[in-house]
Amino acid sequence: MSNGAALTLDPLRLVARWSLRTADHVGRFSFLIADMFRGLAEWRIWVPRTLEQATAVGYGSLFIVLLVAGFAGAVTSLQTGYQFTGTLPLYYAGAVISESMILELGPVLTALILAGRIGARYAAELGTMRVTEQIDALESLGRSPVSHLLIPRVIAGLLVIPALTMFANATGIIVGYLTAKGSLGLTYADFEYGARYFFRPLDLWYSAIKSVCFAGALTTIPCYLGFNTQQGAEGVGRATTTAVVSASVAILMLDALTTKLLLVAK
Amino acid sequence: MIELLDVHKRFVENVVLDGVSLEVKDGETLALLGPSGVGKSVTLKMINGLLRPDAGDVIVDGLHVPQLGRKELATLRSRIGYVFQYGALFDSMSVAENIRLGITDETCYNDAKFCEDRVLECLRLVNLPPEVATKYPAELSGGMKKRVGIARAIAGQPKYLLYDEPTSGLDPVNADVIDGLIERLRDELGVTSVVVSHDVRGSFRVADRVALLWQAKIRAVGPPDEILASKDPAVLQFLERDLEMTLIQAESREGEGERGGETRGRNV
Repeated sequence: MSNGAALTLDPLRLVARWSLRTADHVGRFSFLIADMFRGLAEWRIWVPRTLEQATAVGYGSLFIVLLVAGFAGAVTSLQTGYQFTGTLPLYYAGAVISESMILELGPVLTALILAGRIGARYAAELGTMRVTEQIDALESLGRSPVSHLLIPRVIAGLLVIPALTMFANATGIIVGYLTAKGSLGLTYADFEYGARYFFRPLDLWYSAIKSVCFAGALTTIPCYLGFNTQQGAEGVGRATTTAVVSASVAILMLDALTTKLLLVAK
Repeated sequence: MIELLDVHKRFVENVVLDGVSLEVKDGETLALLGPSGVGKSVTLKMINGLLRPDAGDVIVDGLHVPQLGRKELATLRSRIGYVFQYGALFDSMSVAENIRLGITDETCYNDAKFCEDRVLECLRLVNLPPEVATKYPAELSGGMKKRVGIARAIAGQPKYLLYDEPTSGLDPVNADVIDGLIERLRDELGVTSVVVSHDVRGSFRVADRVALLWQAKIRAVGPPDEILASKDPAVLQFLERDLEMTLIQAESREGEGERGGETRGRNV
């Protein structure tokens, strides 16, 4: 017992074990991504399934994404009013609301919401299929689980999530304007002037590029974790929570990275 | 022909297979028996390449399975039907779609008429009515799921059939139906089969030869009568362990007026 405790607390051993586990995950994740690229040739298999997944994921997520974006726009508008009233011209509110939605709140909030919704769904679905041997069954039939299960989910996410982000941006801006109109008395002309004054076309591209990066993270990580689930129902639960946490952390890291690369470099 | 040559497999510290060698001749049905967790399913998964041995070789149709590439393995698997322990049916697909997935020839798979006919033919072979085709796995009983699993496995007209615990979790009547089905498929389709089970009575009924996997090694191989006559302590211990369940099943079957395998059941 005491020997076991000593072994567990040995920092060198812990670091070594963590490093090995990380290297194992990185290696297997890389192979999975390579398999997905290889599987793209089997388009007859993944195209119809991608459409099914895109419909399920996109349509099913639309309401919650728009709801969150609407509230984000409203709160941004109220806080802008609280901070700017009496110090800056009101048209600045138009700039702050539209730019904060397009550059940050739209893509990041959408991705975090979808990490919970889509990420959990993918990990749980694939994890259950793994522990009930459905993935083994596909392989035993000479069919590729990557083409049948993973590629449709990832591509559906890559198509749908940027689209949802753009809807979220638009919703946040509209609700932000309506809130500013109600609480600050901001006119449409002032709002539009502020929004246009600070807007650059790159901003929309930036928002789209970010959402594609987030989509990549929040689909591939849960797919990888679900695909490699072990140990029954407990394993499915573990894979699901790990998928949501890992995808969320990856989104925040990618957020910092894309901001540094795309905006600060500019 | 299927050959396992000095196969070793371990999961972390747990040695599952320690120098297992086995041969299944064409057209033969071999039952692989052993207690739970002894590595029977692992052996089966090595035959169709779902698992790789740590050492040793697995040869199917003259092909060295562990050395096969992705495409060669897929081609080989199209000749091997695999019946999973719990059916492993795809929940989101109807029974017809599940069985259709078993049609491994791509040209046939894309021919809707052929698929429809083949699905109905497979359902007939496993004694299920055509109406089942439109149902989903959640609407089926355990025995029906197993039969749909078998139908999917035979849809591609395989040369080999691997059964992983085909009767586990079933009541004696349904277990008897599945055993009868295995016999019938062997006779009608002429496939080479490996049946993994710990149901002694059922295995002795369907198998031409029986192998006992005991403590990571093949302890005994031979025709059922030879195994029953064995004086090997491990064989006796395994058969005695199964005796009580076997007698209960035998009584239940006799009560149901079922036929088949009674003599062997009493011998055990």
